[in-house]
Amino acid sequence: MATATASGAAGPKLNHIGLPIVEYRGGKSTLCAGCGHNAISERIIDAMFEMGVEPERVMKMSGIGCSSKSPAYFMNRSFSFNSVHGRMPSITTGAVLANSTMKALGISGDGDTASIGMGQFVHLLRRNLPMIYIIEDNGVYGLTKGQFSATADIGSRLKTGVINDLPPIDTCALAIQLGATFVGRSFSGDKKQLLSMLKAAIAHKGTVLLDVISPCVTFNDHEGSTKSYKFLQDHDEPINEVGFVASFDDIEVDYDSGQVYDVEMHDGSQLRLRKLLEDYDPTDKANAVRTLMEAQEKDEILTGVFYIDTQKPTFLDQLNMVDEPLATLPESLTRPPKSALESLMANLQ
Amino acid sequence: MVAWYPITPSTSLIEATTDLLKKFRVTPEGKATFAVVQAEDELAAIGMVLGAGWAGARAMTSTSGPGISLMAEFSGLGYYAEIPGVIFDVQRTGPSTGMPTRTQQSDLLSTAFLSHGDTRHPVLLPGSMKECFEFGYAAFDLAERMQTPVFVLTDLDLGMNNWMSEQFVYPEKPLDRGKVLTAEELEKLGSFSRYRDVDGDAIGWRTLPGTAHPKAAYFTRGSGHNDAAGYTERPEEYQAVMERLARKFERARTMVPAPVEYRNGKAKIGFLAYGSTDFALRESLDQIEKEHGLSADYMRIRAFPFAHEIHDFVASHERVYVVEQNRDAQMASLLKLDLAAEQVVKLRSILHYNGLPIDARTITEEFRTKEGL
Repeated sequence: MATATASGAAGPKLNHIGLPIVEYRGGKSTLCAGCGHNAISERIIDAMFEMGVEPERVMKMSGIGCSSKSPAYFMNRSFSFNSVHGRMPSITTGAVLANSTMKALGISGDGDTASIGMGQFVHLLRRNLPMIYIIEDNGVYGLTKGQFSATADIGSRLKTGVINDLPPIDTCALAIQLGATFVGRSFSGDKKQLLSMLKAAIAHKGTVLLDVISPCVTFNDHEGSTKSYKFLQDHDEPINEVGFVASFDDIEVDYDSGQVYDVEMHDGSQLRLRKLLEDYDPTDKANAVRTLMEAQEKDEILTGVFYIDTQKPTFLDQLNMVDEPLATLPESLTRPPKSALESLMANLQ
Repeated sequence: MVAWYPITPSTSLIEATTDLLKKFRVTPEGKATFAVVQAEDELAAIGMVLGAGWAGARAMTSTSGPGISLMAEFSGLGYYAEIPGVIFDVQRTGPSTGMPTRTQQSDLLSTAFLSHGDTRHPVLLPGSMKECFEFGYAAFDLAERMQTPVFVLTDLDLGMNNWMSEQFVYPEKPLDRGKVLTAEELEKLGSFSRYRDVDGDAIGWRTLPGTAHPKAAYFTRGSGHNDAAGYTERPEEYQAVMERLARKFERARTMVPAPVEYRNGKAKIGFLAYGSTDFALRESLDQIEKEHGLSADYMRIRAFPFAHEIHDFVASHERVYVVEQNRDAQMASLLKLDLAAEQVVKLRSILHYNGLPIDARTITEEFRTKEGL
């Protein structure tokens, strides 16, 4: 943990805003032991701690499902809104517009996003609203005891023997196509990659879409499932190695510069992608979508940062809003003077 | 924050609002102190309203019948999680798509109880242009004070047609932003429970996201919760919150706009009406007096839940005609749920629901037939 400093010989490590990691923890998880979602919660805690994000500046938003319960299991000091099924994007949009100084972290699942929530999901992507959208993707409905979701792969088999024969929706390809400005896929079991991607996501301004494959140990972790730990370990093909150097950090990522794609983030941090796929350019939209489509045909699950654009205006830029939160603007700014009403009335006479 | 989805006949309201915001809500530096979002549908529109209301901004949407149906699930969340927001419903002719360019007062029951489970919402019923303006800002005060979605029901006749109006009066009272704890107040208190009734008014204190205090955060959810906003399936904890919500709604009787009594000459017959029915009814009362020599009293209802004056009005008359613009006597039905059994039998209905605005002659003739005059 490069950013942490010791507060004394026996004291806990503190991050650069002086908080120990315990201040980023949440309640005890009620999800199954071994659930990928718990690992994602752990990485969120690590990433927020290491980035020194003030917990009170974070809004944890979710819909309904196993994934959407998980905000109760990290960052108790952050404000949390567990809303209705598939509607986390609209709740988050309203909350960010009311207070654009907050960091919004949305947690959703594959059912919550790619089935019931598809309408709101695609329109959120179009707007490039500043937020981090994490899909905890296990291809299955857990709370209702194991039905296929729309991200399940063709040929994937349920424990009951049911085979999925409909094509999966690739949420990353959709996100790239529709306007998200930071799109990646990771695996809940890949601590290093997921942590780096989350830290870069925190530094990004715009919609971040992270599809994190997160095996369901109860309903979808058997032979024949394409979202099992075993399948992921065999078929995970990283396209880049993700390194991240925070703006307040001065450590070097020891990559050979010839193979590195550096992206300067809004806050001055560096996202450093070491190419594993030859000539992969994460700023080339069309190529990113094509690469994902080709991988799907080969039964490969690509992970890494597929697409990044740090220049595109966000929804807040487009609305040309004041920097202060709308929520706390003084009445002097929100109630027009008496003369305004009088002139309106005069014009109607 | 305004979030909306285009639908006849409510689009005019949003377009006028947007024009006024661009004119009066821009800083000298040219920055907007507002946000208007054309949402992908009405589900998203009310979702954005509740997200913004939760985060502390005044937020509204405007819609009509089909949009109200789509807002049902979120309305229940707003009620149960206690989030302010204002929903304008410019009513058109239902059911289903109905006649989008014709008027009706047929969303009263669906908005009053919108969503599954034991859910109820304050509904404001402006009866003129001037009241549309006044209830516009009153609805935001009420939503933030009560921490709940508030519905304002106009109709196509009020919402799209040109009207003569009295001058609008500039509001002198400051905005009522409701019970919001600051970091400093929280520091003094030491801690807080989001849904605890500490003041005996059935309304808890809330904090806004970003409140800089380690104990400011709470977990908002539509699932069963206790008064500390924690998840619960315990019968007594669940029931305590539901009972407080019922008490809060009961208190709203005195917080919503009071009814207006136009005539109370201690007549035997009384009339109740609301919204755009007012003008036709007042003319009809003159006709009835002139043609039949009969003087009747009239009280105009301006909100649900019903103020005590409405109960008194029914109690002090032998027969009470409820005049409204829908087939199923929705206001009379709502009154029947609220009135004592011996009062219910006094209610008679005069209904008009062909899509055109109600007129005085229709009321007069129906009254004459029903009274055997």
